[in-house]
Order: sequence, then C-alpha cells, then structure tokens
Amino acid sequence: MPESSTSLSRLRRRVAHIEGARVSGGPARFATGHAAIDAWLGGGLARGRLHEVMADDSEDAGSLSGFAAMLALRIDAGKPLLWLRTETAERRAGKLYASGLGEIGLHGDDLILGLLGDDAALLKAANDAARCAGLGALVVESWGDPKPLDLTATRRLMLAAEASGVTVLLLRGEARESPSVADTRWRVSPAPSIALAADAPGPPAFDLELLRRRAGPAGRRWRVEWNRERRAFQPLDGQALSGAVLPLAAS
Amino acid sequence: MTEKVKGALRVHAIDQEAARLGIERGMTLADARARLPELEAFDHVSHDDHSWLERLADGCARYTPWVMLDAPDGLVLDVTGCAHLLGNETALASDVLSRLDRLGVTAQHAFAANPDAARSLARWRSIGANEDEAVRRLPVVALGLEEEATTALKRAGLKTVGDVAARPLSAIAARFGSDAATQVRRIIGEADSPLTPRIVAPPLFVERRFAEPVARTEFALTVLGELIGEAAGRLDQTHEGGRRFEARFFRTDGLVQRMAVETGRPTRDVAAVLRLFRERIETLSDPIDPGFGFDLIRLDVPVAERLDAAQLRLEGGAVGEAELVQLIDRLSTRVGRGRVRRFAPRDRHLPEQAELMLPATDPVPPGDWPELETGEPPLRPIHLFDPPQLIDSIASEVPDGPPRQFRWRRVLHDVARVEGPERIATPWWGSRQAPTRDYYRVEDRRGRRFWIFRHGLYGEVTEPGWYIHGVFA
Repeated sequence: MPESSTSLSRLRRRVAHIEGARVSGGPARFATGHAAIDAWLGGGLARGRLHEVMADDSEDAGSLSGFAAMLALRIDAGKPLLWLRTETAERRAGKLYASGLGEIGLHGDDLILGLLGDDAALLKAANDAARCAGLGALVVESWGDPKPLDLTATRRLMLAAEASGVTVLLLRGEARESPSVADTRWRVSPAPSIALAADAPGPPAFDLELLRRRAGPAGRRWRVEWNRERRAFQPLDGQALSGAVLPLAAS
Repeated sequence: MTEKVKGALRVHAIDQEAARLGIERGMTLADARARLPELEAFDHVSHDDHSWLERLADGCARYTPWVMLDAPDGLVLDVTGCAHLLGNETALASDVLSRLDRLGVTAQHAFAANPDAARSLARWRSIGANEDEAVRRLPVVALGLEEEATTALKRAGLKTVGDVAARPLSAIAARFGSDAATQVRRIIGEADSPLTPRIVAPPLFVERRFAEPVARTEFALTVLGELIGEAAGRLDQTHEGGRRFEARFFRTDGLVQRMAVETGRPTRDVAAVLRLFRERIETLSDPIDPGFGFDLIRLDVPVAERLDAAQLRLEGGAVGEAELVQLIDRLSTRVGRGRVRRFAPRDRHLPEQAELMLPATDPVPPGDWPELETGEPPLRPIHLFDPPQLIDSIASEVPDGPPRQFRWRRVLHDVARVEGPERIATPWWGSRQAPTRDYYRVEDRRGRRFWIFRHGLYGEVTEPGWYIHGVFA
C-alpha cells in the first residue's frame, strides 16, 4: 500500500509538471488527524490555499465556527489567527467567545477579531490580511449570499493566500453553492455526541461532507469528533487512532 | 480627606455635606469623628490633586493657550482675545462651568483685568458696582500674604484691600513688609502681575509652507510623505519611534483639515505611516478638499516612544510579526480601533464579564486563561449571545429540573442529553442583586449543543425565564 501511494504521488507530480504547475510536489499539507480523511485528501488539506466551509442553517453557527477554529489549530497552533466577520454576524450568531474557543484548544491570546461594517469591507480586509505572512490562518466568516463574494473575489483570495502561504478558511453560513476557486469545499453540521457519564453531552462532533475538491473526486461524508488533548479530529466511534496517521488509500 | 500635620491627622478637605454638619478644615480627625461618627475619611495625596489640576489645565487649552496653575486648587486663564470665540466672557464662563460640573467639580470664577485680581475675586467673593470697587472691598486675606502680615494689617484696622491701598504704599512697605505693598499694587492693577503659563513640551513637528497654494491633493500627500520622512529622520536621531502622527492641512481661506493615525508600536517607517494616512483619507466621507489650495502642511508627532535601530532577522520570525503589526494598524485605521480586537481574560464569575475585548493596537494586560481539565468536554460555548436570547417556551419534567423540550426562534428542540445545573450567582457585593442563574449544557436530537439557563431559582422569583446564552461547537 505505501508503495502504491508513493507511485501515485509521483504520477501526480508528473501530471503537475506537464500542466506547468509547481514541480515541488504540490503545496505543503496539514493533516486533520482523522486517518480516513487525510488518506482521501492525499495527506491533508493544502496550506496556503483557500478552503470553503458551508453551513446550511443559522443554528449550525456553532459547528461552523468550531470546525473553522479546529482546522486553524491544525494549521499552525501558536501563530495568531485573524477572524474577520461582519457586525451583523456578531449580532445574529452571537459574539465570538474566547473562553469557549479556549475550551477546544485555541488559546485566547492567539486570536485577533476584526469586525467589519459590511461584506464589501469584509472582503477588502480579507484580501489585505491574506497577504500577511505573519498570520497562522485567516478565517473569513460571511452569511448569506453577499454580492461582492463572487468567483473573482475567491480567485483574489486564493492568489493572495498562495503568495503569502496563509491558509484562508472562508466560512459561508446559509449560502448557496456558488462558483469558487477554493481548493476544497466542506459542509459541516452538528452530529449527536458520544454521551459522557450521566448522559452529559460529550466532545464536539460533526457531520462533514466534502462537497468539492479541485484535485480529485469529492462527495464523501465522515462523522468526526474533536479531541482537544491531541488537537486532532478522530472518528466518532470513540476509538481514537493513536500514533502516526497511516497513508491508507480510501476504501 | 485627612493629612498628617505635626503627628496628628487633621482634616484637609471636606465636601459640602460635611461642611453643613459642622466639620471644619484643620480639625483633628479625632475631633471630627467625635462630632460625626459616620464620617468617611481618606488619606490626602497631594500629587494626585496636582495631576488632576494639570489635567484640568490641559483641558482648558481649548479656550486659550495661556493657562497657569494656581496650586493647589485654582487655574488662571488669560482669555484676552479668546472670549469672542464662544460669544462673550459670560458664555465662556458658563461653558467652563458646565464642563466642570459634568466632571463633578464645583468651581467659582471671576473675570478681572489682571490675574491677581481675578484670582482673589474668585476666591473671596466680593460685590461692587465695578471691578475696581469689588477689588477694593476684598478682605486683606485676599492679598495672600504671610499669616503674620495679615494679622498685623487687621490689627492696624485695615480690613479691606481698599483700606490698605488708600494709605501711602511706602508706609505700608515700611511697616508690613515690601511684599504687602507689591501685592496691593498688583491687585489694583498698578503693577504688572507675571503670568507663567504651563510649558507644554514641544512635540516633534515638521512643516512645509508654500509660496503658492497647493491645489492638488495628490501633491499634498507627496509633501506629507516628505514630512514624514523628515520626522522619521529626527526620530531616528533620538532613537524614538512615533505612536501617533497628526497632519494638519491649512487652507488659504483659513480652514484647517486635520487627521491623525496611530500605530500599535513605535515606528519610523515612512511608507507604513503614509499608507495609514491614505487609509484614513479613503475612509473619510468627504475627501480632502483643497479649496483654493493649501499654504501650510504640518505634521506633529505628539506621542513618541523609544525604538532602537532594528536589525533584520534572517529566519523571518520578526518580519512576519512586523507584518502582522502593520496589518493590524492598517485595519484599525480603516475600520476604527475598537473594531479590531484582542481578547483578555478577566477574573469574573459571570460569563459575559469573564473576558475583555480590547483594541488590538493596545498592549494586552497580563492575565491567565482558565486551565483546562483533561478529558472534559467544552464547558463554555464558542458563541455567546449578548444579551442572552429568550426561549419562547420550555418544558421540563419537574419545575426545578433540566429542560426536556424548548422552542427557540420558532424551532422546536427535543433535548437528548443534558448536564447541569452549573449555578452562577451574581456577586453579593454587587450593587444590583440579580437572580441566580442555573446553567445547563443541552444537546438536541440533531446534535446541536446549547448553553441555556434558568434566570432565578423557584422561590427566588415567581416565574423564572429561560434563556439561551450561547452555542457550543
């Protein structure tokens, strides 16, 4: 199995070479910690790219923010995370609460919050921020289908991210699937957690759906749980895979 | 307010209520307490008074640049040629008084032709048909002489300033000291009273005057860039960096347009500062209007801090950090300092008070986030509603028990799992006693996790309300 995966990546590199893209073996990736997802994505999500996360319902705002914060932790814990959102989002979805983000492992000192007046200002700030190499990750939270957020806007974000190496997570709450150049697109919704003693709600659990992926097939679903101690995703069945993530091909 | 005089605590200052109840300045604290057992006493810190007075004086710079401290509790303003800006002297005085009143300061004021007379008239109210008469009716204490000289004047039967001034001043000087004579001459305006205005430390400023007015905004900005460069050169010499830059564009028709930018860290970076100014100009609702042109552009650096020469680090760590600081400055300038924030922990029980949101350009106060216990699920939500959202209706099996079902935003949620209550009461030392809150972590059948609370225990309030305070990841 490992051999086939290396030959696969060699093949990918050759294809990329023919296409005239980077020859350095594609972008660096960060693993989610969930073996099946990482295997499906060829080692994880690409760094320095734009990724989209969608949520269908305004009541899924917690899962949307939670998933984004967890991905940001996987990218680069310890480097500052800039979270841009509009004031409407702050009013509707609730204030971002640093103590709660701390409870999933994101240290409050690493978080910078930018509140923007409208979606145009949000995108302008996002474009500026995506160029700043001092950031660990950039989260851009938008709700609904704002007009300025079109294909060109995502392309601009993608270019800025590629140039600086900052991974940009574009959160789209209550949005329709629109054309975008994002590397991957996910849909997140909450999943019932594994109950603790006395039927108490357990650690955060999500239903993830990979809606789109530029580099390969998508349309997969996973049910994941967040493990705060390992700062990693794991399958929801409660049996965390310990040790290194095996580059297994998806079955 | 008490202060220690010769080993005894004496009353230094009192409020009006205490004065009405018969407390006087100079009494020992023991006497005052005997007269009024519920008297509240505080230590008197004279430099606090002084710095407060200085702040008031700074504020008075809006009326006139000539402000003199009359320690411990007075200010002298030279309003010659300034009063008409607010209409007239009466309007100016009422403006001063209303501002002071808002600060909780009771003030007395007087206008006079010379500072000494004004000072005395404000302190020792006296009434006369005109200023001269009023001054002459002032008691001799108003001369502000040594206590002995004042007593001597009184003993000699000279009760008012007018009495003293009516005598030949050489005789007064011979008998009561030359101070007395000088003071009398000053107060009635025969001698000059010196006014020593507070010296405002001259901030670093650079300016450019134009023989021909500059009518193009773009050129004005180029000049501003050159001025920033000049200022940066001077800051470099003193090993300082500016934290605040203020630009003023003086138009030929007398209007002044001003704008200021602030940076998170001291800087001498010309390009960065100029970019901040451009950001600021972009956010202006009306762009800079040169009118008939600018004839003077001035740049002040009122706040500067130490900044040693930077050395480029090769590993890129410092560069990335500097880039981040610049990004924060730029965003703060564009959208406002208060909207780019950092979080700081606060040692409070109530969830909505447990953290502060501070402008990201400000230094973060030290503090520790709560320690997490291994194996625990998140106990605090990642979104917090402020104010908490009222739940439309709720059902629970027992009145005091956890909820089974609730309706929020017109959606019915069946509770599948619940943990609680976590009881959070408002602190008893707070001024307003609010009902206790019982928090529950609940998860509905679809997996949505909420943080809800019952506002008030049964018995504490008749009909406790239920609220959603946050959502979990």
